[in-house]
Amino acid sequence: MSETLKVPTMAEYMAEGKRPEVLFWVGCSGSFDDRAKKITKAFVKLMHRANVDFAVLGTEESCTGDPAKRAGNEFLFQMQAVTNIEVMNGYEIKKVVTACPHCFNTLKNEYPALGGNYEVLHHTQFLKSLLDKGRLTIEGGKFKGKRITFHDPCYLGRANNVYEAPRDLIRKLDVELVEMRKCKKNGLCCGAGGAQMFKEPEPGNKDVNIERTEQALETKPDIIAAGCPFCNTMMTDGVKGKEKEDSVEVMDVAELIANAQDL
Amino acid sequence: MHFGIANILFLIIFVAGVGYFTMNVRKLMRNIKLGKDVDRSDNKSARWKNMAMVALGQSKMVTRPIAGLLHIIVYVGFIIINIEVLEIIIDGIFGTHRIFQPILGNTVYGFLIGTFEILAVLVLVSVIIFWLRRNAIKLARFIKPEMKGWPKNDGNIILYFEVVLMTLFLTMNATDTSFQEAGIGNWISGSFASIYGENPETLHLIERGAWWAHIVGILIFLNYLYFSKHLHILLAFPNTFYANLKPKGQLTNVDSVTKEVMLMMDPTADPFAAPAEDETEGEPEKFGASDVTDLNWVQLLNAYTCTECGRCTSECPANQTGKKLSPRKIMMDTRDRLEEVGKNIDANKGEFVDDGKSLLDNYITKEELWACTSCNACVEACPIGIDPLSIIIDMRRYLVMEQSAAPTDLNNMMSNIENNGAPWPFNQMDRLNWKEEV
Repeated sequence: MSETLKVPTMAEYMAEGKRPEVLFWVGCSGSFDDRAKKITKAFVKLMHRANVDFAVLGTEESCTGDPAKRAGNEFLFQMQAVTNIEVMNGYEIKKVVTACPHCFNTLKNEYPALGGNYEVLHHTQFLKSLLDKGRLTIEGGKFKGKRITFHDPCYLGRANNVYEAPRDLIRKLDVELVEMRKCKKNGLCCGAGGAQMFKEPEPGNKDVNIERTEQALETKPDIIAAGCPFCNTMMTDGVKGKEKEDSVEVMDVAELIANAQDL
Repeated sequence: MHFGIANILFLIIFVAGVGYFTMNVRKLMRNIKLGKDVDRSDNKSARWKNMAMVALGQSKMVTRPIAGLLHIIVYVGFIIINIEVLEIIIDGIFGTHRIFQPILGNTVYGFLIGTFEILAVLVLVSVIIFWLRRNAIKLARFIKPEMKGWPKNDGNIILYFEVVLMTLFLTMNATDTSFQEAGIGNWISGSFASIYGENPETLHLIERGAWWAHIVGILIFLNYLYFSKHLHILLAFPNTFYANLKPKGQLTNVDSVTKEVMLMMDPTADPFAAPAEDETEGEPEKFGASDVTDLNWVQLLNAYTCTECGRCTSECPANQTGKKLSPRKIMMDTRDRLEEVGKNIDANKGEFVDDGKSLLDNYITKEELWACTSCNACVEACPIGIDPLSIIIDMRRYLVMEQSAAPTDLNNMMSNIENNGAPWPFNQMDRLNWKEEV
């Protein structure tokens, strides 16, 4: 695929006097991290496939402030939030979808009190709704029959009680969905949350992502599915750390669906 | 009815026991009120439901089936045997003997006491298993560093109390000749009553001794609560009622920061404007928490409610991988410091005198605070709705906003966000470059 993806911005929509169905909040990871960019593109392809009228903020998007808030910098968080809210309210955004559970949590739960009221969906919830409405079809394709375990992102699962949307999507791939001994509300963190992604861990006897990867590998999976770009990084590093990168892949749910259809 | 010196003595002991406990409950409430205000008066129906399910219904205890089942036995035993305690108190005050027997009739009374006896045995068995888990099997969560010394002894003392109280209850029934002769509800005690012999005087002496020891033991136990982790048997109820009902991922937005941020963002605001007349120029508000009085009262209630079971710590990713952070220790430290502040206030005629100490550094170290991934596993694991994460975040807020004491990596991340709108040093203008990349 050599053609560039069609990714309209809100500014372009505005210039045409139109409004998209949904704003795709890409997030910092989805914009800049090489691995996460693949997730972004897979999700965009799925939205095109389902004829979703979406737009991004592009250069007008800025960090939600999540890592700053979790690190304790409430000032920086609120500065970011207020700026983003001003942009989004300027475009009269009603509905937002994002592939990052951290952005999802912050936009959904922490922006309303600062004047940002939107319907916010995680991309797995959004894809599930497209599936339910018949706008998107999911087939197993090359993943048919594979063993897949899903790692619950803390900020999607425990933080917001979304456990089934990603699993419903994975089941549609005709795969064998296997659960880790720690899953859903008891799921173990990948080690990235609370701004840990951006610092060295405190002294201990193991890294959290190794512990979690070991739990995932216990299920003898072909693929570890994730729903968060940070979890994806941590689990990918964990799989490499356990020297299993030849036999176990770490993939986002959106990538699984898009790749199954060779999008 | 034989009202006499024994009843006067009973009344004195009873009033003293309840009185001292009441005094300590007042102290406890005073200490909790040292916390900042937080509004948890909303959504009463959901709060009652949460209390009914989680505290009364023990719904989160059973996520660990063995401990959960044993705990329910002891808990039900505790609640139900209180009916018996009521009888003892009435008997004690009025000089009656088993006053409920004629009131309820032999069938009902016998059924009740029989049930209590079975429960007493089940409690004994459960308590022995609990003791083994703590002292012989040495379950990991019971031997963590914060469980050395008093916390360990406290856990065992509670179990010894229960053994003694249950044994006294059964002995009292077994040696009560009129009760044994009636043959109602002596299902358990009847089976071993013979070991006490048949001398009516000896039996009466043992029965009276067990009866007195039982009620005095209960009063001592009641007063032990305030000094123990065992307060949860009372505080679990308000704690689940006032627990956070919002999504776990939602952190509070600090209002004082919002005020300043809005002022900064408002182009018409005059930064040099004199404060409005009705605005009193008080001391600028401190951001975050370095001591217990910076926390809110629900967080302080949480600290008194914690029974140190360690489910939070055993689920904590940082603790599981050998970091110093233990959410249980956060709660224990908060309580210990709060007690220290309370004692300071008592010793200084109701006024806190700076003791040069604080919750931060003297109790909780930065290393512990920075190890948290904010994953909420501790909050989810707590069977009675305690939120250690909120304390960790409040203390991080103090470190960052008052002391600028974040780890260097995090400072870099934050200046990246400030300058480029991303936690990494990428230009915001490059945010959409991915769509061109193949």
